[in-house]
Amino acid sequence: MGLLGFYFRKLITLIKGEVLVLPSRTIVGLFVLFLLIMPLITQDPYIIRIMIITSIFAILAASWDLLSGFTGQMNFGHALFFGVGAYASALLNLHAHIPPWGSVPLGAVVAILAGLIVGIPCLRIKHIYLALTTFAFPIILIGIINALPDYTGGDLGLSGLQRFTNSLVGGYYIHIITMLVLCFVMWKITDSNTGIIFHAIREDELAVKASGINTTRYKLLAFCLSGFFAGIAGGLYAHYMRIAGPSTLEVSMSFNVVIWAIFGGIATIYGPIAAVFILNPLLEFVRFWPEYRMLIFAVVVLLILLYMPEGLITWVREKIEIQCPRCKIRNVAIRKNCRVCTAELD
Amino acid sequence: MNIIITGLITGSMLALLAIGFSLIFGVARIVNIAHTAFYMVAGYIIYYLSIRLGLNVILSMLIAVVAVTLLGLLAYKFLIDPIREHELAVMIATIALALIFQEVTLQIFTGDYLSVYFLIKGYFIIGGNKVFYQQLLTFGVVLVILLVIWFLLMKTRLGLAIRSTAEDREVANLMGMNESRLAMITLGISVALAGVTGAVIVPLAVLSPYMWTEPLILMMAVVVLGGLGSIKGSFVAAYILGFTEALVTFLIPAGAFLKGPVALSIMILVLLIRPEGLFGIAFEEER
Repeated sequence: MGLLGFYFRKLITLIKGEVLVLPSRTIVGLFVLFLLIMPLITQDPYIIRIMIITSIFAILAASWDLLSGFTGQMNFGHALFFGVGAYASALLNLHAHIPPWGSVPLGAVVAILAGLIVGIPCLRIKHIYLALTTFAFPIILIGIINALPDYTGGDLGLSGLQRFTNSLVGGYYIHIITMLVLCFVMWKITDSNTGIIFHAIREDELAVKASGINTTRYKLLAFCLSGFFAGIAGGLYAHYMRIAGPSTLEVSMSFNVVIWAIFGGIATIYGPIAAVFILNPLLEFVRFWPEYRMLIFAVVVLLILLYMPEGLITWVREKIEIQCPRCKIRNVAIRKNCRVCTAELD
Repeated sequence: MNIIITGLITGSMLALLAIGFSLIFGVARIVNIAHTAFYMVAGYIIYYLSIRLGLNVILSMLIAVVAVTLLGLLAYKFLIDPIREHELAVMIATIALALIFQEVTLQIFTGDYLSVYFLIKGYFIIGGNKVFYQQLLTFGVVLVILLVIWFLLMKTRLGLAIRSTAEDREVANLMGMNESRLAMITLGISVALAGVTGAVIVPLAVLSPYMWTEPLILMMAVVVLGGLGSIKGSFVAAYILGFTEALVTFLIPAGAFLKGPVALSIMILVLLIRPEGLFGIAFEEER
């Protein structure tokens, strides 16, 4: 009992000292809490459905950020990984009768292979060439899918997939918790040494090479990791919608991912996630005028970019937090002195 | 014969689009995803003026090109210029712009397929195949425009300025060229080219608000294949891809599905061997 109390007090101190001191961390904490208790507030199937789809897309957007935001390898065909994940897990589920628990991770493994297939030729090209080349891959796959309708269902896609669970709330928790765990893992990856190397590759690949780091390996690693997470998102999406169709590979899907990530602010992981959670429900919210939906979406994105070209979340964070000039630790913007080294903030 | 005609027409369209796209990229580093959306808008303006209002087709084409150019300049001034330093944001802005164009045309003209009359009717027959005069006219106009562009870039002072800015923006700026104004002029030329493409292709094509995505993909393939910023490269690559597309469509069963993928696969194969494209100059690492 005493031990339990000790850990409890330690947790409280931790929350007080590390989470509540920064508004961004507080917001993230509250948001996670909100996601976890949402079914207690409302069990409206429509809202639950939106939240599930939004969380799947959040994984996708974050995985784009892991690859393109961090290493600067502009991937314009991110739908490829999503679609490969979706199709692979759908085929495994339909033909090999593997339950979703197995088919989603296996589909993600296939998506890693897709990451390698895209990554290896793309190692030689840079910047805009890379963006335009990666753009081509999902379209090639759509063509192949349409040309082989016997195996892939052609235009209609593969339907009749198993769901994880038929219970509403159960499904909600499966998707939300997967999303939270995967996003946390991605954030941890970007926070680790690997993440720092990814950062450095974007800033100056030559310097990284000169430091004796095999950038080729790290770039391929980024492609594989990103492919893995996007593949999981694809598998989850296929199993949730119970259909894997060519729409998962469309140009608009690739564009959407890029829009989400840049809207939220790249190279942050939390930026794209937040952007998905803002834009996707917003898109659903304006369903009262279905014909203006895409128009409103485009205008909102355009206006936000016009005033906050670094991304919405990055902009907000700059406003509410300030970096200590001496010890580089972040503080609330209203503080006069740094919370750690008491240097004066300006 | 059909293959040659389709290949020539598609190739010419792609060449015009790709040259405009790579011009504005070379000079201002703007990746204009909305490029083909401007082409779509031009097509719709022509449709509106010539069919709904009954204006002369040639007159409405001229108006369309001017209107699209103005639209492009306005978009540049108010949407792209303020965020020029953030290349990614610019790209997303152009995607959003393209979506806006798509949605607005969808609202005004609905999603129905529309078409415009031929400028000159009639056809002649070579080897058992119909060749419409319109197709010949389109091809001719494209060649003339390509010549004009070549002349503009190679023989005039403006062309010199554009080329030197494309080569090295900072040095060109130091030499007293107004980079921002030049970018604006180039954008005007580039969008005008998109408008012209719309004007010459529209009698042969079907109008729909989603028509901008398909040429967008192929146009990017052309630009990458030919090498960014190389007019000659874009020209050659456009015809290579145009003919591949025609060949695949006519010769392979289910080829209509595969025409895009085959063209793009060619692009990827070429890039594996020559990462800077067929005629591109390898960019020095920008620092």
